[in-house]
Formats: sequence, C-alpha cells, structure tokens
Amino acid sequence: MRVRSILGMLAAVLVTILAGGAEAFAAEPIKIGGLFAITGPASFLGEPERNTAQMVVDEINAAGGVKGRKLQLIAYDTQGDSTKAKQLVNKLIKNDKVVAIIGPSTTGDTMAVIGDVERAEIPLISCAAGSKITEPVKKWVFKTAQNDGLAVAKIFDYLNRKKIAKVAILTVSDGFGSSGREQLKANAAKFGIQIVVDDTYNPKDTDMTPQLTKIRSSQAQAIICWGTNPGPAVVARNVKQLGIKLPVFMSHGVSSKKFIELAGDAAEGIILPSGRVIVSDVLPHQDKQKKSLMAFVKDYQKHYKVEGDHFGGHAWDAIMLLKGAIERGGDTPAAIRDALEKTTNFPGIGGVFNFSRTDHAGLTKDAFVLVEVKKRDWSLVRQAGIE
Amino acid sequence: MPIFDQLTQYLFSGLATGAIYALIGLGFAIIYNATGIINFAQGEFVMLGGMFTLSLLGGAGLPLGGAVPVAIILTTVVGMVFERLAIRPLKSATPLSLVIITIGGSILIRGIAMLGWDKDTHSLPGFSGDEPIEMFGASLMPQHLWIFVVTIFVIGCSKLFFNYTVSGKAMRACSYNSRAASLIGIDVRRMVLFSFIISSAMGSLAGIIIAPLTMTAYDVGIMLGLKGFCAAIIGGMSSGFGTVLGGLLLGILESLGAGLISSGYKDAIAFVILLLILFIRPQGLFKKAETERV
Repeated sequence: MRVRSILGMLAAVLVTILAGGAEAFAAEPIKIGGLFAITGPASFLGEPERNTAQMVVDEINAAGGVKGRKLQLIAYDTQGDSTKAKQLVNKLIKNDKVVAIIGPSTTGDTMAVIGDVERAEIPLISCAAGSKITEPVKKWVFKTAQNDGLAVAKIFDYLNRKKIAKVAILTVSDGFGSSGREQLKANAAKFGIQIVVDDTYNPKDTDMTPQLTKIRSSQAQAIICWGTNPGPAVVARNVKQLGIKLPVFMSHGVSSKKFIELAGDAAEGIILPSGRVIVSDVLPHQDKQKKSLMAFVKDYQKHYKVEGDHFGGHAWDAIMLLKGAIERGGDTPAAIRDALEKTTNFPGIGGVFNFSRTDHAGLTKDAFVLVEVKKRDWSLVRQAGIE
Repeated sequence: MPIFDQLTQYLFSGLATGAIYALIGLGFAIIYNATGIINFAQGEFVMLGGMFTLSLLGGAGLPLGGAVPVAIILTTVVGMVFERLAIRPLKSATPLSLVIITIGGSILIRGIAMLGWDKDTHSLPGFSGDEPIEMFGASLMPQHLWIFVVTIFVIGCSKLFFNYTVSGKAMRACSYNSRAASLIGIDVRRMVLFSFIISSAMGSLAGIIIAPLTMTAYDVGIMLGLKGFCAAIIGGMSSGFGTVLGGLLLGILESLGAGLISSGYKDAIAFVILLLILFIRPQGLFKKAETERV
C-alpha cells in the first residue's frame, strides 16, 4: 500500500517536471485546430488533407516557425459525420483553445460547425467545395476548395466555343452530384445551353446503360456526368459499350489517375475541368501557381509515397493562408481573420486566392483548367483566348 | 433511334444485371434451405471473390485461369471458417439471433477487407476483351456473355447436385426437417458446413465474373447482397429456378424503370417489390403456399 502511494506521488512529480519543463524551453506554440474526415466514406478527402496539414506544419516548424513561434496542429477525425464534427469543433474551441481551425473536409460537416465558430469568433478555413459555405459571406468562415459553379462555368464556356447548345446531364444522387446538378441547371440559361435530358444514378450503381440509352435517343450533342469514383468510370465504360459518339464531359470530382485506371480505354477523349495539381508538370512556366504546385507535389510524394492530390492541396492552401495571416496580422483569432480577409494574389494549389469583404472563397473560374484524357494520361486542353 | 432498339437494350441490360442477382440469390437460398437462416454475409463472399482475384492477378501475378480458381478456394475457406466460428458454436440459437450473427459477420469481413486491401475501387480486365458486341440492336460487352454462360452452368450444376446426388438429397432433407434427417443418419452439421461451402463458392464466382463490368471495392457486397436477397425472396427462397427467375425479373424491372421512368427510382423499385412480395406472397411468386404438415 505504502509503496504504491509513493510510486504514485513519484509519477505525479515526474509528470509535473516533464510538462513544466517542456513549456519552459520554448515559447508556447500557436494552436491550430484541424477537422478532417480521416475515416468513413469521405476518407479520400480527409486522409490526404490531414497528411498534408501535418507535413506543412512540421516543415514550418523545422524552418523556425511563424514569427519565432512553433505551430501545433490538433487534428480530429469527424468520420464525415456532422454530429461528430459539431462535438469536435466545440472540443477544439473550448478545451484546446485553438486560434483558428482548418477543415472540415465535407460541405455537410462544414455547414454543421459554422454556427459554433461564428459564435466563438474563431476563423475557419474549410476544405470543402459547396458554394453555400461562403455564400452568403459569413464573417469568420473562409474556404479553399473551388466552387462547383466555377467548374460548370468552365465546361459551359468550352461548349459555347464549340457551338454545342444541347446537353444531357447525368448526375450522381449524393451531395456532390446534386450540388453539381443545381449549378448545371442554374448556369445553363446564362450560357444559352439547353439541358435536354436530366438524369441521375445512385452512388453504388453498376450499370448506367438504361440512362445512356435514353440519352442516345435524345437530341443531346454532349453528355455531362457529375460524380466521384467509381460511378463516372462506369458511365465512361457504358458510353463505349453503347457506341455513343457524343463528347463526354466529367466533373473535377474524378480528376485523379484513379479515374483513368478504372475507366481504362473508355476514358480516352473525355474532357473535364480540374485544378492544376494533376497537370503541374506540363504547365507553362509563367503560370503563377507552378512553383507552389511543384513544391507540394514533390513534397507529398517524398513523405507519403503517393502523388499529392487536389484534396491535400486544399489543406496546403489553408495552412499557408493561415501562416501568411499570422505573419501579417497577429496570432489572435480576430487579427488572423482580418489579415485573412486582406489576402490578395496568393498563388496556392487550388488557384490564385483573392479574399475580400464580399468574397471568402477567393477564386475565379481560372482556378480550373480543362484537361483531356489522352493515352491514359492528362493533357491540357488549349483554347484560343484562354491560355 | 427507334423505341424498339431502346427496349431491347433495356431488356439485355436488365437480363445481365438480373443474372448476377440470380447467382447471388442462389447462395442465399442454398444456406436458407439447409439451415433455415438468411446469411447476410453472402454479399461479402461476392466482394471477396472479386478482391481476391484482383490481388492474385496483380500482386501474385497469376494468369486469369489460375487466379479465378484460387480466389474461389480462398473465399470458400473464409466461408468454412465463418461457419465454424460463428454459426456452429451456437447449438440451439434461434434463427433470429443467427441472422444477426451473419450481419455482424458481414460487417467484420468488410472491415477486415477495408484494412487488408484499401478503400479504393479497382477494375479487373475483361475475360475476353472490352470490345462491345452488337446483338438484336443492343450492345453488350463480352463479359455479359460470360455472365450468362456461367449463370446457366451454375444453375444446371446445382439442379443436378440437389436432385441426383446423395449429398444434395441429404441437404434437401435437412431443409425439410433437420431432426428427422439426423434420425435417418444424416450428419446435419456437416450439411450446414456444406451449404456454406457451396454458397460461398457460388458467391465468389459471381463476384469474379461481374468485377470486370462493375468494378470491385471492399463495400460492393452490401448492395449486391441486398439485391440478391430480393431475388431469393421473389423466388420464394427456392434453390432452383424460382430464384433465377426472381433475379432476372428484378434486373429487367430495374433497367426498364431506370430507362422509361426515372433512374432515381432504380433501387426503390427493387425494395418496393421486396416489400410487396413479403406482404402479399411471402412464399414467393412461383411457389405454392407451403402447408404445415402435422
């Protein structure tokens, strides 16, 4: 009995010494919260985001930190569940006392935590794409992922140049697809484009020939499919199976090598809007983002043995924007927010960011380039007047 | 494009999907008939078939002809282990708790698959190329023909097995009355193990032949399993033609529904049919009502 209590006391003393000791050696780090869907259905977003955020924070610290202070990333896993996201955001704000938060990964999770960060007055840089996150503008909420509407505009712009006016849209019946469908329908009139077939498929569907048969017998001059893997790969294969010769467009949701791998030869000739990450090596040298892109892609490859992707890029942008804001403003939540809003001309991974009082998304449709699948690889679609 | 060609396309697409449902449904029916339980891990056998083949082709570098049988054997071993560890130790459990155990087993298998492989979707090469074939105005992939051929072959084999072999007859005997079967010297527990072996082999075969078309991932078993279950219910859980017809009917209705009405209702169609049949004809569309013999 006595031995145990002595041991207990000893342990307590040790802990105090160690904890106090660590604090005494360095200025207290700046705490940044992270909310990512590391597991669960959106893990393809959250995992590279968390990896990238940790990688960038480590590098900033290795280079001496921000204004002499280290950054500390406290990242939690929302599992893509908005209830969890809401609990965790409160944990970050109340227990961990972070000065800013990056993430969450999905639009649903982000919408769930907006109320909490607005109330607590903590700046949040979301890595999700939904345009409703920053429309209308919320004082404390920013985002780095490109709006779906920009991708739609990029495709419609191309269709206008090719004088294609009638399209069929085939969208997946999940959050990503329905947001894309809304944007496609909302923007069509502006570009003088008529949607002649508006059809959907379910995320787990394995055969889309019925929908495509319907499209084949319609007036459509092009097919636009909006979804994330594997659905669009099935669509591409079914298009080939049915011998449909119409041009096929996809969304930025499939702009990864995985899509080409899944669709195989059926991917050939498909055009889609994409962030610049996947074509970083073939970008012209005057491209403002080229330097950031090459640095990120190589760095990620070195750390995690796979190529950096768009999703990791959203976290890269978020941390770098935050770093810039702390350098220019200060390390209190209010100072960070004000400095973030004044960020202009920041060449990141997702695009060149220009935040303002009326724009917390900061990107234009030039954040996307059009890419075409050629010989199982991406190639830039060059358009007169755009590049 | 004339409406006739559209309809043939819907019909063929539906038949191809339906054949897959039928194969998976048969697995459900076989275990149900031998044990009286519905094995909700059946979909996972389908997934395992596809994923094992993928690993054997890619990782181990086996040719297709070698990878397929090995994948079937591996899945069958999983099926046997599952029966040994999860079903057999519970001697006098009610069917309901056994069903719940199979659901738990399916979640476990899926979880292990997610950790062991990954969360990505993968594609398998087509067995005989990827060039579409024209048939009566509809286009099919060569893989569709494989699906038809394999389905017919498997159905034929199971028919022969259940009607003309001693083991097959013994399994049927267990399904009618397991106590009486054991009294005349049939080892009921061995028959249960047998049913798991057959249905896991069948499920994995289904998973392998559809993977080149539909691609495969650790979680494909959920939806395919449910659709197969629907097929078996429509067919009244018969381990013969009832389930096959049920699967084909389901596939065609889905395809027609998606083509002519709206694809948003595709899955709804399957589950509405399932509910209707459970309400109106719980014995299945093609079976006479079972009478309780006293």
